[in-house]
Amino acid sequence: MTQENRINGGQIDRTKTLRFTFDGHPYTGHPGDTLASALLANGVRLMGRSFKYHRPRGPISAGSEEPNAIVELRTGARQEPNTRATVAELFDGLEANSQNRFPSLKFDLMGINDRLSPFFAAGFYYKTFMWPASFWEKIYEPIIRRAAGLGSLTREEDPDQYDKGFLHCDILIIGAGPAGLMAALTAGRAGARVILADEDFRMGGRLNAETLTIGNHSGADWAEDTVRTLAQMPNVRLMPRTTVLGAMDHGIYSAVERVSDHLPVPAPGKPRQILWRIYSRQAILAGGATERPIAFENNDRPGIMLAGALRTYANRYAVAVGDRVAVFTNNDDGLRTATDLQAKGIDIAAVIDTRQEGDLLPGIRHLKGAQVIDTAGKLGLKSITIRHANGRSETLSVNALGVSGGWNPNLNIASHHRGRPVWNDAIHAFTPPTDGPRNLTAAGAAAGALSTHAALSTGAAQANAALEALGLKTHTADIPKAEDAPLNLTPFWYVHEGKGRAWIDQQNDVTVKDVKLAKQENFTSVEHLKRYTTLGMATDQGKTSNVTGLAIMAELTGRTIPQTGTTIYRPPYTPVAMGALGGRSRGHDFKPTRLTPSHKWASEQGAIFVEVGMWLRAQWFPKPGETTWRQSVDREVLQTRASVGICDVTTLGKIDIQGRDAGAFLDRVYANTFSTLPVGKVRYGLMLREDGIVMDDGTTARLGENEWVTTTTTANAVPVFRHMEYVRQCLYPDMDVQLISTTEAWAQFSVAGPNARKLLQKVVDQDISDAAFPYMACANITVCGGLRARLFRISFSGELAYEIAVPTRYGDAMIRELMKAGEDFGAVAYGTESLGVMRVEKGHVAGNELNGQTTALNMGLGKMVSKKKDSIGMVLSQREGLTDEKGLRIVGVKPVDPSQPLTAGSHFLDKGAAATAANDGGWLTSVVYSPHLGCSIALGYLKNGSAGIGDRMRAVNLLAKTEVEVEIVSPHFFDPEGERLRG
Amino acid sequence: MIINHPLLGPRDAQEFTYLGDAALIDRPDALSFPSTEAALDAFHDYLYLRDNPAGEHRELWFHEQGDRSWLVVTRNTVTHEITKVELARDVARAKGRSK
Repeated sequence: MTQENRINGGQIDRTKTLRFTFDGHPYTGHPGDTLASALLANGVRLMGRSFKYHRPRGPISAGSEEPNAIVELRTGARQEPNTRATVAELFDGLEANSQNRFPSLKFDLMGINDRLSPFFAAGFYYKTFMWPASFWEKIYEPIIRRAAGLGSLTREEDPDQYDKGFLHCDILIIGAGPAGLMAALTAGRAGARVILADEDFRMGGRLNAETLTIGNHSGADWAEDTVRTLAQMPNVRLMPRTTVLGAMDHGIYSAVERVSDHLPVPAPGKPRQILWRIYSRQAILAGGATERPIAFENNDRPGIMLAGALRTYANRYAVAVGDRVAVFTNNDDGLRTATDLQAKGIDIAAVIDTRQEGDLLPGIRHLKGAQVIDTAGKLGLKSITIRHANGRSETLSVNALGVSGGWNPNLNIASHHRGRPVWNDAIHAFTPPTDGPRNLTAAGAAAGALSTHAALSTGAAQANAALEALGLKTHTADIPKAEDAPLNLTPFWYVHEGKGRAWIDQQNDVTVKDVKLAKQENFTSVEHLKRYTTLGMATDQGKTSNVTGLAIMAELTGRTIPQTGTTIYRPPYTPVAMGALGGRSRGHDFKPTRLTPSHKWASEQGAIFVEVGMWLRAQWFPKPGETTWRQSVDREVLQTRASVGICDVTTLGKIDIQGRDAGAFLDRVYANTFSTLPVGKVRYGLMLREDGIVMDDGTTARLGENEWVTTTTTANAVPVFRHMEYVRQCLYPDMDVQLISTTEAWAQFSVAGPNARKLLQKVVDQDISDAAFPYMACANITVCGGLRARLFRISFSGELAYEIAVPTRYGDAMIRELMKAGEDFGAVAYGTESLGVMRVEKGHVAGNELNGQTTALNMGLGKMVSKKKDSIGMVLSQREGLTDEKGLRIVGVKPVDPSQPLTAGSHFLDKGAAATAANDGGWLTSVVYSPHLGCSIALGYLKNGSAGIGDRMRAVNLLAKTEVEVEIVSPHFFDPEGERLRG
Repeated sequence: MIINHPLLGPRDAQEFTYLGDAALIDRPDALSFPSTEAALDAFHDYLYLRDNPAGEHRELWFHEQGDRSWLVVTRNTVTHEITKVELARDVARAKGRSK
């Protein structure tokens, strides 16, 4: 292709040619082009279809406000939907595709929606799909989802990296147009640490799009010189391709830098994008302004653009969008389009100026008091019809039309803290709120200072104000000479003539007619208007449409614009890829993986691992010949109970507690008493929340007079530690007690079974006979001839059992030593499944029973809550409702027919009772297969459970569709007298 | 947000976990009541009746990814402005809490 619309000038590099495709057709462009400018250079104006009516659309802008030219970039795993062609930097080999059309952009079957538009007016969905309710999910929603929607996802994993980064500065300057560049120059020369961020790949803002001069230079040259000067300042960081997304609290701004979006593939080791968190002491919003259109009949044809965008394409990208152009304006800025384009040799058919007053442009057909009332051209503009001031109508053949309804300051970021924009009667637009984010000021067009001179001088002034606030020396900058012309805008929002198919929000297809309908149905508040018509809800968030919609509503209701209201903005300023927000936290890196000290050894044994919180724990250890997990678990349990088994229990939380008041402190955080525990002994403890519900349980050992160690459940290690610090610092600040989490410091193994002592005696240096080291004893000991260790004689399995702890770096050596010492006894390693089987056989509660809803009384441990001392939760555990003698109690459950398996989550029902909530008797919490009993067994909570022992009930699970006749038994299935663990 | 830690200086709020109203420091002494009913009433009010102001709020933050200090942060819930940061331990002592 030939780039037939390319004209002279511009900031593109003609020495290099870039090849790209759009919908499969090959085209060429140059470095410095966007996808939109390159397509326009090749005569392609049709770039998309609208959301609702599938109307043919081309770009209306040359920036990030673009509602129409929304495309898919790249193919394969790097395909990216819903990107704006107007800001997509062209690169060699780019493959772009249009979206929301079938089968092709030029012939779209869904274009039928346009013919049906009378049925799709505002509120269509609310009114049409109300009834019948059951149709919504199955019929309406799938159809709407297929018909609507924009781009598509590849469903392939994104191969690129996204990073997160942190930056600090004295002054953050958002936007690098004349105001931002002048502010950066002033602050940079004063020595402040400056960050200058701009969403464009070329800094300069509107200076690159205009033919205005600064001093003796063209605006674009001045911008280039200034950027070069700034780049040499070590205290200034220039961040092109970086969009500041939002103002967070306390001077923190989020920004996304598109590091590699302009490359086919990111360079090795480089991310595609970086999400920056910028900590600033002062910030200046210099984000410029966005031009707004005027609404008129059929104003959405490809070729109709914002007047400033036509200038951008001509001046910056050297593209003539059309060869016969008209301009429709209500202000002087629009006139620049006519003079600039005419100077480029483009034929100006007419300037249609809604204003009666003012001078006429020389050498141009300048029509005062005129309006554009309709247009023609199905896939692109062919002609416009105008109404002259004298009432006569005329049709002009043109293929491009520039429209200017004025400029709206880009104040979005200044209202991110809910500050209300302020209406400015001089420029007929909203300006930044007075109660915006602290230490943020606005300069240039973003502040409503629309001329180049005003941009330069407010940029310098706000930089100096920021320097002063920081206590730095200000810098008196020479403001170069630049134009200072007024806008001379006479408000004109929409052409009244026509059927009202005059587009306000082009992406969401909201027309003047929709706003009229909203008014008619009394949705006149701004918030209702938005939600009823979807005005401003699309990916562009109404950058070109919100104020116009609001102004039309004001006119219809006879109110002023400030009386009608305003819309405020929320982050992000422009859409952000989920990948950038996720950064590196994806897949396995979403959270850390914690490995137990025996992990390497367990892997060597072929262990199957399970995620327990962040931990990976061995679930079972399959042996050759075992084909199901049950075979492995049964073997581990039986062998442990017959001889000895070893399990890594490092994941349990460990907290060292030291100090003279440690015992008294434990009395406060645990419901039972610890201060009476003798040195060298361990006690089980139950921890309550202040509301009386059980928070956690575990054992606490007293290793010395003032030296204690508490264990927590794996899941609660962090919350319990936080809670203990809260009690220590906030409630009892003068207690002599210190806490430290030692979960990672000790590798801990459970050694359980009748031969546990014999095994351990082979590695422990001290005497651990029953007399020397009885049940519930603990001690600091040594193993293997001198390695310091801790030994606790505690049992979760119900067997004679110990837990032995060694410094973590010896954990791997310890498991190997223990297994070697156990060879004579046929010792087995067992995992979390066997741990669960043995604790259920023994009737010990664990996570399923400590579910955040249950009390000590429910667990059959009510007597543990001491009333003789104050402890967290003691008082409220006595609340009515928590003390019901006939309430839920822990029970054991067995199937009457041992061959029937139980299902966790089943509910207890009396024989013959219907499966309704009213008849619910409680539920099964934990179910295991007990190889010792040869059947499925369970723990559960049963209403009035202690009285129910011996009863027969039904365990019903409506989800799993199971029903089993069960016998209620004691929760202590195995060795109820505890003879084995005392052995 | 940035919390100006009294010992460590300005720290990002991401390092902290939030608990809630600093009135939690005013925990009643369970053994100081004439009856169980009186204790239940007092603990009910202590645990469940909280102010929820649109404006200045004193609240507890825990420097979990830092030095493990509990802090009392005075924060405006509307503007997020933080006007005061104290060690919770100092606040508790000033309220007469000890052991």
